[in-house]
Amino acid sequence: MTHDKLLVAAIENGTVIDHIPSDRLFDVVNLLHLEKMKTAVTVGFNLKSADMGHKSIIKVADKFFSDEELNQLSIVAPNVTLCIIRDYEIVEKRTVVMPELLVDTVKCSNPKCITNNEPMQTRFRAIGSNGDILRCCYCNRDIPRSEVRIK
Amino acid sequence: MQNSSLVTLANHSREKIEYLIRMAHEFEKNPNRRLLDGKVVATLFFEPSTRTRLSFETAANRLGARVIGFADPKVTSGTKGETLKDTIMMVSNYADVIVMRHYLEGAAQYASEVAPVPIVNAGDGANQHPSQTMLDLYTINQTQGKLDGLNIYMVGDLKYGRTVHSLLMAMRHFSPTFHFIAPDELAMPDIYKRYCEEHGIRYVEHQDFNADTISDADILYMTRVQKERFVDLDEYERVKDRYLLKCNMLKKARPNMKILHPLPRVNEIEYLIDETPYAYYFQQARNGLYARQALICDVLGITLDDIQKKL
Repeated sequence: MTHDKLLVAAIENGTVIDHIPSDRLFDVVNLLHLEKMKTAVTVGFNLKSADMGHKSIIKVADKFFSDEELNQLSIVAPNVTLCIIRDYEIVEKRTVVMPELLVDTVKCSNPKCITNNEPMQTRFRAIGSNGDILRCCYCNRDIPRSEVRIK
Repeated sequence: MQNSSLVTLANHSREKIEYLIRMAHEFEKNPNRRLLDGKVVATLFFEPSTRTRLSFETAANRLGARVIGFADPKVTSGTKGETLKDTIMMVSNYADVIVMRHYLEGAAQYASEVAPVPIVNAGDGANQHPSQTMLDLYTINQTQGKLDGLNIYMVGDLKYGRTVHSLLMAMRHFSPTFHFIAPDELAMPDIYKRYCEEHGIRYVEHQDFNADTISDADILYMTRVQKERFVDLDEYERVKDRYLLKCNMLKKARPNMKILHPLPRVNEIEYLIDETPYAYYFQQARNGLYARQALICDVLGITLDDIQKKL
């Protein structure tokens, strides 16, 4: 057993979100609304990682997210690994896919955009070859994925 | 109804643009056609713009509609904290179509999503101003007899100039060659140069502005270099007169060349040029009436056929 697994206890059933860049950990928490979770949530922050240097990991007990909820993570952490755990075993391992349309998750960086001045949902389309640029459907501002702010 | 709104021309096909030009041409022949008898057009100007408002209101009046609205946002409930959505929903109870100018970018798109009646975007911040683009296209076609394969020179503030960006995008169907003439501070942004490359549009950048550089122009599209755009005011003083069009710069111009300007002009076109056959900016402004009549009719589902029948 590796050291970081000892640091973050195993769960019997639920979802493990691994390989989160540490500076995006709190964005992931916000996107999945983990602060409202009633079941146990274990967070490992700044763990050593062979691939990433440092990474973070979140284990959410007794919770299975929808594809839509999980795919939102691609905005801030496109390379996360998701493990679905049942009875201490990984029953499914998957990655996230950038949705074509992001509804009310990203904040527009243009202060003169209508979305920052009206009580309304934001909408962004992923453009560019890897979907690495998000374009506001209202003011047409392009935001590189690395500069995205979560609403 | 939301799909019939006009928010931008950027997604219009070549056929749609040509169709709107044909509609506008009918209004040029006769602008007084009572196609909107009994209808109410609302003009909501959350940002003052006298020229655009008068043009839209004249268009509505000449179509036989009644006009309601406001020209000064200070008189609206927006200042009391009312949302745009609430204002739009309220006005939709009274009007058949809403012409809206707003200082926020994306306001027209949002209004078109919430309004039960069509919205015509009369400018939303620095974002889109499709009726200006439509009248520019109409004028280019009117003066050159075609839109295809023209040499279009854009001069002045190409960085913040919304009209040049919209025109550039709308011209993509017509294989133009663009020439950009601007100081470094106000050069055409990379995003639009990339747009040209992606759509196979040729462009050339110039720093000099003289009789030789513009000798091949079919259209010379002048814009105002605004002092407030400069961080360094010495730089403004240095470049401001470099992009002034003078009479002697027209001696090598093509006979078909026309000078356009979205107006207001400050000092970028020498007044003597007004008397030359190249000056076309006042006729261009008049075309705004026909273009806006066409756009209002189009969002209300009135066709070219309907217009032709209503003499």
